[in-house]
Amino acid sequence: MYSSHTATDREEMLRAIGVASLDDLLAQIPGDLRAAHFEWPPALSEPELMAHAHALAARNQPLACFAGAGAQDHFVPAAVKALIRRGEFLTAYTPYQAEASQGTLQAIYEFQSSICALYGMDAANASLYDGATALAEAVSAAARITGRNKILLPESLHPEWREVLKTYFGAKGEPVLETISCPTGRLDVSAMEARLDETVAAVVVATPNFFGLLEDAPVLAERAHGRGALVVAVADPVSLGVLEAPGHWGADFAVGEGQGLGNPLNYGGPYLGLLACRKAHMRHIPGRICGLTTDADGRRGFVLTLQAREQHIRRERAASNICSNEALCALAATIHLALLGPAGLKEMAELCLDKAHRLAEQAAAVPGFRLCFDGPFFNEFVLECPVPAERVRRALLKRGLLAGVPLGRYVTTRKHSLLVCVTEQRTEEECERFVAALGDFAP
Amino acid sequence: MFNETNCRFAKTHEWACAEGDVATVGISDYAQKEISDVVFVELPKVGARVEQGTPCAVIESVKAAADFFAPVSGEVTAVNDALGDNPGLVNQAPHGEGWFFKIKMARPAELDSLMDFEGYQRSVSH
Amino acid sequence: MTSSEKLSIEKSVPGRRGIWFAKASRPAADWLPHHVLRRVPPRLPEMAESEVVRHYTRLSQLNYCLDTHFYPLGSCTMKHNPRANEEVAALEGFAAAHPCAPETAVQGTLEVLFRLERLLCELTGLAAFTLQPAAGAHGEFTGILVAAAFHRARGDRKRKEILVADSSHGTNPASAALGGFAVRTVASRADGRLDLDALRMALGPQTAMVMLTVPNTLGLFERQIREIAEATHAVGALLYMDGANFNALMGLAKPADFGVDILHLNLHKSFSTPHGGGGPGSGPVGVQARLAKFLPVPRVVEKNGRFKLQTRCPGSIGRMRSFAGNVGVILKAYAYLRGHDALRLRSVAENAILNANYVRARLKDLYPAAVDEPCLHECVLRTEPEKMNGLKTLDVAKRLLDHGFHAPTIYFPLIVHEALMIEPTETETRETLEAFVSALRAIHAEALSDPEKVKTAPHDLPVRRLDELAAARNPNVAWG
Repeated sequence: MYSSHTATDREEMLRAIGVASLDDLLAQIPGDLRAAHFEWPPALSEPELMAHAHALAARNQPLACFAGAGAQDHFVPAAVKALIRRGEFLTAYTPYQAEASQGTLQAIYEFQSSICALYGMDAANASLYDGATALAEAVSAAARITGRNKILLPESLHPEWREVLKTYFGAKGEPVLETISCPTGRLDVSAMEARLDETVAAVVVATPNFFGLLEDAPVLAERAHGRGALVVAVADPVSLGVLEAPGHWGADFAVGEGQGLGNPLNYGGPYLGLLACRKAHMRHIPGRICGLTTDADGRRGFVLTLQAREQHIRRERAASNICSNEALCALAATIHLALLGPAGLKEMAELCLDKAHRLAEQAAAVPGFRLCFDGPFFNEFVLECPVPAERVRRALLKRGLLAGVPLGRYVTTRKHSLLVCVTEQRTEEECERFVAALGDFAP
Repeated sequence: MFNETNCRFAKTHEWACAEGDVATVGISDYAQKEISDVVFVELPKVGARVEQGTPCAVIESVKAAADFFAPVSGEVTAVNDALGDNPGLVNQAPHGEGWFFKIKMARPAELDSLMDFEGYQRSVSH
Repeated sequence: MTSSEKLSIEKSVPGRRGIWFAKASRPAADWLPHHVLRRVPPRLPEMAESEVVRHYTRLSQLNYCLDTHFYPLGSCTMKHNPRANEEVAALEGFAAAHPCAPETAVQGTLEVLFRLERLLCELTGLAAFTLQPAAGAHGEFTGILVAAAFHRARGDRKRKEILVADSSHGTNPASAALGGFAVRTVASRADGRLDLDALRMALGPQTAMVMLTVPNTLGLFERQIREIAEATHAVGALLYMDGANFNALMGLAKPADFGVDILHLNLHKSFSTPHGGGGPGSGPVGVQARLAKFLPVPRVVEKNGRFKLQTRCPGSIGRMRSFAGNVGVILKAYAYLRGHDALRLRSVAENAILNANYVRARLKDLYPAAVDEPCLHECVLRTEPEKMNGLKTLDVAKRLLDHGFHAPTIYFPLIVHEALMIEPTETETRETLEAFVSALRAIHAEALSDPEKVKTAPHDLPVRRLDELAAARNPNVAWG
């Protein structure tokens, strides 16, 4: 369909190659291995394709989104959308030829710098698949660095992220993952200390955590370090507009899901795995890293660097197999952060925080509803419902609201808990509609 | 440290120079030329146990990574921290300031299985 | 054209803003205890929108890309990225769907996932697909975990080894090691194909899987693929196909017919989704029926025209990442495939093969082919320094940039000295191929007349050759 050869082109090219027909070129594929038949629908012309796509997209219900749990409905500025659609970014490959890829490379350098600034770290890579896989890479690096074999994961970490870690390390059997239960919704310092021993490579501290709550991160970090363990922070980059940066409270690695910075929800992907660390650990992180250097005339330029860590050189001895990352999503985040600046990011984060707290107050004031946990939170909170949360969600769906994520799908004992997320996108009217709808369940 | 009479070489281009039961180890001049510009050396930790003939360090150039095989077995007692800031020492002085680490030898007799300076020179000259 | 651009942080002026929001009713300090609040604001650039747009537009102009330049990177399949696909993926109905939305609210997206899985099954002959992996290497890792689970389920715990070809992509051995397997490399013969005798010697009760790229990284079909599959299966191991080069087989052959048990495809290669300067990709994994239950969760299922996500699947290896996959990429690949019928699919492979052979035929007198026979979708040629004043593949690649072409993949596969791995793809015209051939021929002539010019190339790009040694010795990876 997208080939431009005419019959004449084909003929003349075959002649230049010195074969009579295309079949001569295919001779190396044994005849009986060529497929005779493909069951395939008729080709759609471009207008037909667009009509088909519109019809499918229309089968998704438009909803005001109060769901978070690792993916948040943040605003994507028009300038971000316009710039990442530029063919020069969109249709370039990984910058293997640095001289012909300075635009992509400098953008990666700016991305790494912005992520370091946000997280209070010294080094970052060019991105990983998503937050969960970034965490897998970070804890794996921590195990290599410490020579220890156990990773402590709090229950307050996203349950699906814990599942991803289990999948990543299950076959190999190392590092060993140990979950610390968090009945209060937060990682208790003494519960962590009880598990800390000389085999612990790293403690994962998510703040804001899966329930939206803020952990007592500086104390957790100090105690973990006291036993020689590293601290891997998980933090939503948007929250860092108002919350203390992981590097400033003592984390050694920081990871995050970067989707909220300029990337739409897209039903789960492509998202953006963020990974930053202190300088001492730079050579242990996986993935592409862009470095600043000079050219033969002494001008500033950028290259992919520290490549001897990577699979194309180390093959089976590489610490990770990652090759492609999420470059275009990282570019969106970079541009979004440049538009925001420190003040804009703070404004955006404060708006999320403020709207979430006001909705939490109002929702918890509806008879029968209350907040599940005490403690400071950012823009997500767990609402305890008088009926199964699934029912609440179904009812709100009819009013055009995606009420949140019922936690029963993760923990069977939490069938009445609804994880609610409020971003800068949610309007006063939507929040009022949300609260009013809860009123139907008041006893 | 290194001198031509007390130094022994492995086929894999590492050298070991013994003083008492402690051997200083590094890579040969031939090896550093083959690897070319060293950008990073990943050294074992002090206290680590290494086994003769097994990889225990990695030498990185811009576009390659080479394993360093322990020329003798034992416990690592010191590492050359100077390589952290200046990995180019491996190229400038592979037999001197570019040393890798020191091993308290578990079996000093392992040295006998290695080549002497002249033998090694012959092995890489053809 | 722009030749350099300051860093965004160097253009920063305190107080400038590119976007603003409504004010919050109360500041953060009213809601949160003081000690959790950020003390020092992050050092991000402060710029007006006009400057941000100009800055990134100027940066974009420092790139070669498929839209402006022929980009014949071998094994990367830089084919045209149809713009209709971009529009499909950007439709608000798809883009706004939250991954935790109930199935009833996302039937459109789930239908696309389901239908694309079925199309990929038909293309490959395999029974089931997962769209979850985010990239090719992620797909390999998924496939390796599926193989591990398969052997474990049979109570066979002896299989600790995975065999890879010496011509394989670096991700193959790296993925195998990540799955906890020892890696053994099997040599290729002089004709670029896997040495079947060497493979037979290496196979045994310890072998979990054989990983093979088809066509291989020399652009050649493994003629003995069926014997390879038989030998592999005879010892109880599985056969994995790295489908990075699937463009050569599109609509021509079904890997299941070869005896392949597991394979991954790269939607960002064969299926025309753009690379975006390094991602996002998507690396779906297909398997034979007996392996389907091991695929990662969630699985998309259909019942009476309704689509659901299944998360409880006994036997599954678990979750490879958050959520269902790189849906934005998957939508583009689905749109691509629906623009084809069986005949058009076949012409994708045919024209890709025609173009690669044309380039090979027009260049092999100056740049000999690594294996002198017709290739499939890509050809591997060599630079001969002894006939070019000592100039190497790297020099030729850099000089090609001056001639207005992106360089091919160089120094890969590792088994070919001074390799130039050229994959033109089916979407390039004969005129473009001819211009590329002329450039490489001109460089060969330059090598003899003015070798210094080639050795110091590029001359006409935003920067000259860059000091990679300094970058690696003293890494500066952030503005600090």
